[in-house]
Amino acid sequence: MLSLKNIQKAFGDHHVLRGIDLEVAKGEMVCLIGASGSGKSTLLRAVNLLDPVDDGEIWFDGVDIAEPGLDPQPIRQRIGLVFQSFNLFPHMSAAENVMLAPRRVKGLSRTAQRGRVEELFDRFGLGHRIDHYPDQLSGGQQQRVAIIRALAMQPDILLFDEITSALDPELVAEVLDVLRSLREEGMTMILATHEMGFARELADKVCFLEGGRILEEGTPAQIFDAPREERTRQFLSQVL
Amino acid sequence: MTKADENPAMPGRRAQYEAALRRRSLWVAGVSTSLVFLAILVLVPLAPGWEAVKKSFFNWGVFSKTFPGLLDAFLLDIAIFSWCAPLIALLGLFVAICRDIQKPALYPLRLFATVYTDVFRGLPVILVIYLVGFGIPGLGLPRPWNSPYIWGSLALILVYAAYVAEVIRSGIGSIHKSQSSAALSLGLSNADTMRYVILPQALRNVLPANMNLVVALQKDVALLSFVGPVEIFRQAGVYKSLYASFTPYVGAAIIFLAITIPMTRFADHLMNKRRKQEQ
Repeated sequence: MLSLKNIQKAFGDHHVLRGIDLEVAKGEMVCLIGASGSGKSTLLRAVNLLDPVDDGEIWFDGVDIAEPGLDPQPIRQRIGLVFQSFNLFPHMSAAENVMLAPRRVKGLSRTAQRGRVEELFDRFGLGHRIDHYPDQLSGGQQQRVAIIRALAMQPDILLFDEITSALDPELVAEVLDVLRSLREEGMTMILATHEMGFARELADKVCFLEGGRILEEGTPAQIFDAPREERTRQFLSQVL
Repeated sequence: MTKADENPAMPGRRAQYEAALRRRSLWVAGVSTSLVFLAILVLVPLAPGWEAVKKSFFNWGVFSKTFPGLLDAFLLDIAIFSWCAPLIALLGLFVAICRDIQKPALYPLRLFATVYTDVFRGLPVILVIYLVGFGIPGLGLPRPWNSPYIWGSLALILVYAAYVAEVIRSGIGSIHKSQSSAALSLGLSNADTMRYVILPQALRNVLPANMNLVVALQKDVALLSFVGPVEIFRQAGVYKSLYASFTPYVGAAIIFLAITIPMTRFADHLMNKRRKQEQ
C-alpha cells in the first residue's frame, strides 16, 4: 500500500533522512523506534507531505506522491497524521475540531456528520466531552479527540508521531487503548513511538532508525529478542 | 498544620503582616494624593494669570450656553466614526491577508499591500486628510461627490486601515505553526486553513490592540474639521469666536473624555484578560 524508496531529506546542512526504504502492507502496523533526532518524525511528516522530501520515491496506491509539484491536498486527505502535541484548534469545541475538515473538504454538513461523529466519540469513551473545548480536556482526552479528528476523514493510512510522549504517565494507557482498537479493526498504521512494550505487543514490523537510516527491521521478536546490530542492542538496553 | 488551619478566624503570621502592610500603603497613598491636590488648589490660583485663564477657559455662563450645541456637533463625530470603523476593519483585514499571499499570480496584490502600509503609516494623519480631503474634491467632481465628509472619511480609513493591517498581521504571525500543520495534514486548503484555523485565533489575540486603535480613531475624527465638516472641534471654534472665550474647548474635551476613558479602560481590561489566559 505504501512503499518508500531511498528517501532523502535535509534541513539546511543537517541531513535528517539518508536513504530510507520501507514497505507497508494494507492492514499492517509498523513501529519506528530510535533515539530523538533519528528522523522518525521527519519521515512521518514527509509521508503526509508536510515536509516534502528532497529525493526518493513514495509510492502510495500506485502513485509516486513524492513527485515535486504534485497537489498535496487530495493525498493528505487519505493519509492522516496525529501529532505529539495534539494540535487541536483551541477556538473550536471537540466536535467542531472533528467536523471541520469533512465539512470543508468533503462538503458534509454538520447535521449529516453529527451521528457518525457521536458514534466515534462514544466508541473512544468521550461521548460526554463532545462539546467541550480543548482547554477543558485532559491531555489524554485531547489526544483521543485528535485521533478522532484524523479518523473522521476516513484515511487509508494513519501516521502517529510519538502521540503519547507529551502525556502524563497515567494517561498513556487510554490513548494506547484507542490504537489497539484501531489495530483490531484493520487500520494501516505507522507509529513513531517510545512505547516499546506496546510495539512489541502489537506491531507487525519494527524498524530501528539511526542517523536517518533504517539500521535494522524485523518482527518484534527479532528486534527485541535477537537484534543483529550492536547499535540496536545498545539502544534497547537504554530504553527497556 | 499551621495555626490558620486549626482556627480559621485567626489569620496566620504572614496574613497579619500583609494586612498591616496594606493598611500602611493605603494610608501613605491617601496622604500623598491629598497633599498634591491641596498644593494644586492653593498654588494654581496664586499664578499671576489665573484670573484671566479662569475667565476665558472656565466660564460657567459660556459653558452652559455652548455645551448642548457641542453635544449636537459631537453626534457628527460619532456618525463619522461609525461609518469609518467597519470599513477600516474590512480594508485592514484585506491588506493583512494580501501581505502574506504566496501565489505568484497574486504578487501585485502583495506588492500593493506592502507599499500601502509603508506609505500610510509613514505619513502624518493630518497630511493625508489635507491631501485627500482637498485634493480629490479639487478635481471638480459634481455633488455629492465633492463632499468633504466622503473624502475626509476616506483619508481616516486609509490611514487607520494601514495600522489595523499591521496589527492583524502580527496576530497571524503569533499563531504557532503547529496549528497550520494540523489543518493542512487533514487535507484542508491553504485558504480554509487561514479562514477557519489561523484568522479566528489571530483576530481574538489582537482584539485589545485594535481597541486602542478604535480609541485613537475616535479622537482623530476631530481632525476632519480642517477640511470642512462642522463636528465638535470646529463647533467649539465657532463658539470661541462668538463668545470670545476658550471655555467651549474645555467643554469639547470633557465630551471626548466621557467617551474615550471608558473605551480605554475597556481595552486595558481586555488586554489584562488576554494576559491572564496566556499564563
